[in-house]
Amino acid sequence: MPKDSGIGASPKRREDVRFLSGTGNYTDDIQVNGQAYVHFLRSDIAHAKINGINLDAASAMPGVIKIFTGADFEGVGGIPCGWQVTDRHGEPMQEPAHPVLAQGKVRYVGDQIAAVVAETLEQARDAAEAIEVDLEELPAVVDMKAALADGATKVHDDLTSNLCYDWGFVEENKPAVDAAFEAAAHVTTLELRNNRLVANPMEPRVAIGDFNRATGDSTLYTTSQNPHVIRLLMGAFVLGIPEHKLRVVAPDVGGGFGTKIFHYAEEAFCTFAAKALNRAVKWTSTRSEAFISDAHGRDHVTKIELALDADNNFTALRTDTYANMGAYLSTFAPSVPTWLHGTLMAGNYRTPLIYVNVKAVFTNTVPVDAYRGAGRPEATFQLERVVDKAARELGVDPIALRRQNFITEFPYATPVAVEYDTGDYHGTMDALENMADLSGFEARRKASEARGKLRGFGVNCYIEACGIAPSNLVGQLGARAGLYESATVRVNATGGLVVMTGSHSHGQGHETSFPQVIAEMIGIDESMVEIVHGDTANTPMGMGTYGSRSLAVGGSAMVRATEKIIAKAKKIAAHLMEAADADIELKDGAFSVAGTDKSVAWGDVTLAAYVPHNYPLEDIEPGLEETAFYDPANFTYPSGAYACEVEVDPDTGKVTIEAFNAADDFGNIVNPMIVDGQVHGGIGQGIGQALLENAAYDENGQLLSASYMDYAMPRASDVPFYGVDHSSQTPCTHNPLGVKGCGEAGAIGSPPAVINAVVDALRSGGHDIHHIDMPVSPSRVWQAMNG
Amino acid sequence: MYNFDFEKPSTIADAVSALGSEDAQALGGGQTLLPTMKQRLASPSKLVSLKGISEMQGICTADDGALCVGGSTSHADVAAGAGAYPGLAALAAGIGDPAVRARGTIGGSLANNDPSACYPAGALASGAILVTNTREIAADDYFQGMFTTALDEGEILTEVRFPVPEASNYQKFEQPASRFALVGVFVAKYAGGVRVAVTGASEEGVFRWTEAEAALSGNFSADAIADMAPGEDGMISDLHGTAAYRAHLVGVLTRRAVTAAA
Ligand SMILES: Cc1cc2nc3c(=O)[nH]c(=O)nc-3n(C[C@H](O)[C@H](O)[C@H](O)COP(=O)(O)OP(=O)(O)OC[C@H]3O[C@@H](n4cnc5c(N)ncnc54)[C@H](O)[C@@H]3O)c2cc1C
Repeated sequence: MPKDSGIGASPKRREDVRFLSGTGNYTDDIQVNGQAYVHFLRSDIAHAKINGINLDAASAMPGVIKIFTGADFEGVGGIPCGWQVTDRHGEPMQEPAHPVLAQGKVRYVGDQIAAVVAETLEQARDAAEAIEVDLEELPAVVDMKAALADGATKVHDDLTSNLCYDWGFVEENKPAVDAAFEAAAHVTTLELRNNRLVANPMEPRVAIGDFNRATGDSTLYTTSQNPHVIRLLMGAFVLGIPEHKLRVVAPDVGGGFGTKIFHYAEEAFCTFAAKALNRAVKWTSTRSEAFISDAHGRDHVTKIELALDADNNFTALRTDTYANMGAYLSTFAPSVPTWLHGTLMAGNYRTPLIYVNVKAVFTNTVPVDAYRGAGRPEATFQLERVVDKAARELGVDPIALRRQNFITEFPYATPVAVEYDTGDYHGTMDALENMADLSGFEARRKASEARGKLRGFGVNCYIEACGIAPSNLVGQLGARAGLYESATVRVNATGGLVVMTGSHSHGQGHETSFPQVIAEMIGIDESMVEIVHGDTANTPMGMGTYGSRSLAVGGSAMVRATEKIIAKAKKIAAHLMEAADADIELKDGAFSVAGTDKSVAWGDVTLAAYVPHNYPLEDIEPGLEETAFYDPANFTYPSGAYACEVEVDPDTGKVTIEAFNAADDFGNIVNPMIVDGQVHGGIGQGIGQALLENAAYDENGQLLSASYMDYAMPRASDVPFYGVDHSSQTPCTHNPLGVKGCGEAGAIGSPPAVINAVVDALRSGGHDIHHIDMPVSPSRVWQAMNG
Repeated sequence: MYNFDFEKPSTIADAVSALGSEDAQALGGGQTLLPTMKQRLASPSKLVSLKGISEMQGICTADDGALCVGGSTSHADVAAGAGAYPGLAALAAGIGDPAVRARGTIGGSLANNDPSACYPAGALASGAILVTNTREIAADDYFQGMFTTALDEGEILTEVRFPVPEASNYQKFEQPASRFALVGVFVAKYAGGVRVAVTGASEEGVFRWTEAEAALSGNFSADAIADMAPGEDGMISDLHGTAAYRAHLVGVLTRRAVTAAA
């Protein structure tokens, strides 16, 4: 019987009451007394020298308080990068300066030239139009391979080239990998592009800087997935404000998808300007601004080769990838194509030898950084596409080829530095085959053909690494931060709990699922547990939410803190019942003495902790509040198998998704409904990438799809009803909940299934096609069919 | 958005005089004009709303059988009320989303003449008469290229008269992002012949595909235009489709429209 509370139950999301009734408190809802407004004048040229900026007319415009330019930020820190990658030769990556406002040059369409602070937003915009900027246009660097050619224009004059790093992984394996290719019975090669995406959270970014002249405290309200990280990066590296004088608040946040992880110049600007002007300064991004200022995602160009022996066993894998960094290094940009991508290239397979080369390239485009999945979708896409192509070349069933090469014994150390703790890849594939009704496919294909349509079936597997950590490992890999998570559990006198977590919820449902865990541990009702997050003033130092880490890492911290609470509460209970600590049992919210009928309620113990009249004061302190920091021993490795069925209209090239099934292994599951929702949303984004979304630049560095008129987001009618199955569960072995993380799986696992299905459909129509780049728009499909 | 004055007259005559002042502009449903103003790409000094003019609202049938649609009639009202001309009602029902259809007007759409809009194809294929405050303009003379029409400054489209065909159909192939027409084809069969109007495809805006009209006037079936497509010269080529693809789609959609209408 399904549970109706605790771990494994699906209570409705309590936060949805305010989200759905318009009573949330988003950053733009915050009005600070006396706030002024800033409008950023952004470059509409991709690459130019700033010969001069004349502010005379603009400064005299009504309502203008001050106009800032790069000159105002001389001596102020730049926007830092949070990860340093070391290249194949042991050298650190090239790391350009990233000023808050452009200095000397603009480097992408959207780069901030000036910031106008005025009494009203319209006045700020009016004045921005009166700024005279003398820009001397330079050739724009857009194509990555051209950017690396000899004599290419440099995005940053003080760097030696446009190459950020040339990364080899694992460099020592390269000769053995090359030798395996020499000896292979069959080699399958595929060249592809992982299309650039714009994250498009429903809520655009907002920042409000505030300054208290009396205390000297700065406050930043911002749309962030990780307020403590912003406090650290901005305080320590940009503005030189110690943490105790800087508070960062990220209240309700309307979706992040990665693009709200990063520390952005607008945040630093508003905080800086608030102090300089002694006025709160507010910035609200417009949707048009978001397209050219939110970090983009993906944008890899890859050649992948798979070597097989005569029995179709994978013997080696070799990849060559160009990864677009854009014009500056966003917070985690260097880690995405390297440690979040190269380490996943083994996928679900026993390939013994792997070599990954990644060249990260600066271009005159918006900075690129983590976007839902971050590196893992790029790894999965190329691997699952090349495996599919190999199956077709060899004339074997794509599922059989995968199964033949599955890893089946755990723990499994891959040749790309990670160790999978658990998994059951045949289990998820079995679940998928059941759901997807493979045996009925031929009949469905015939029915489609009778209607003049081509039908295709595509399958893929995925493995991902979630709960990014442990800190000592990521430190060795170049992270400039730790990746633990924290929780403070405060039990009130009357028994209710407030849990202060460093994780941040921006749509994931933490306020519902986290209490399920704690309530179950104590045996009380979930309504007695409240989650507090998003404010550095009242939560312990935490690293925030990304990489599907909240439950695996943040939840584990909560479990550890709650264990401390329970241990102390048992001591109090033992005192109250005059028994030994070791004999106390906690069940259903009551403490009892083993083997007796003595018992005290949870509330009696919590009250005693705060009204310690009858209390072991000589042994323990009053109060019931504990903090834990949890630093995991390893990543977690969710995995799964996905299948997509498409129809292609051969007359127009239009692809429709007829069915999509997903079998995931997320280990233990706390709230199945929330997990379903995370998978649905992820698949929606994956289908968006595969069919629709495309951040395309022209050769001058102009973003062609800079609004919803040209950037196609998936809509309800673009996606089918999904089949989702989580019955295959191999719990994580190294965190206390046995959970793995489910936030990104859908986005990681779905694009290859879609493309595999489209290729299958076209081949069934007699077209000798092995690949079409995403998005598979009608025109691209038609082009592919018609040479 | 820049500041502007706002007037909402209740007669055409008052609207015409309100539009007489410098940089005044008519406002229909605002579905095109307001976003443009928000982006500061348009800066009228005065907006004259046509939504309060009752003589520009609604649908009726003229003595000669033509369907008359008031210039301020919303897409939703045409979708619901143009039962006498099902092809046109279906076109209106396929524009944008419910919010756009509730606000957007036929006059605004035809005055704007977006190269990817739907109504221009319906009006041109119907040989509609576009009635303004000063004159009547035949559809064949009205559309003069992308965003360009025969309308003079300050001239108001008050009504559109559609001769009702024996059979008609509009096929819209949506651009994936905007869901405007990547290519749209309206086919209308009249006693005197068949008219085929194409939107979304040409750099010159909506046009009549006369070659197909000739073939279809003799034999109103998809077979009559099998394998036929206009040349790709002058077709739009962009992120969403090449000129060759658009030319191909014109053929496909025309055949589908004929089959659906026949
Ligand atoms: C999200 C979205 C989706 C859309 N999808 C489609 C689609 O699929 N197909 C499609 O065809 N269109 C689509 N549109 C456009 C929509 O149909 C608009 O309604 C139309 O283009 C403009 O009509 P309007 O009444 O809103 O005019 P407005 O925006 O008010 O005005 C447009 C122009 O026409 C002028 N004008 C307005 N009325 C008159 C008049 N009676 N006489 C003279 N000049 C006048 C104005 O001065 C202005 O220059 C879409 C719009 C949006 C916002």
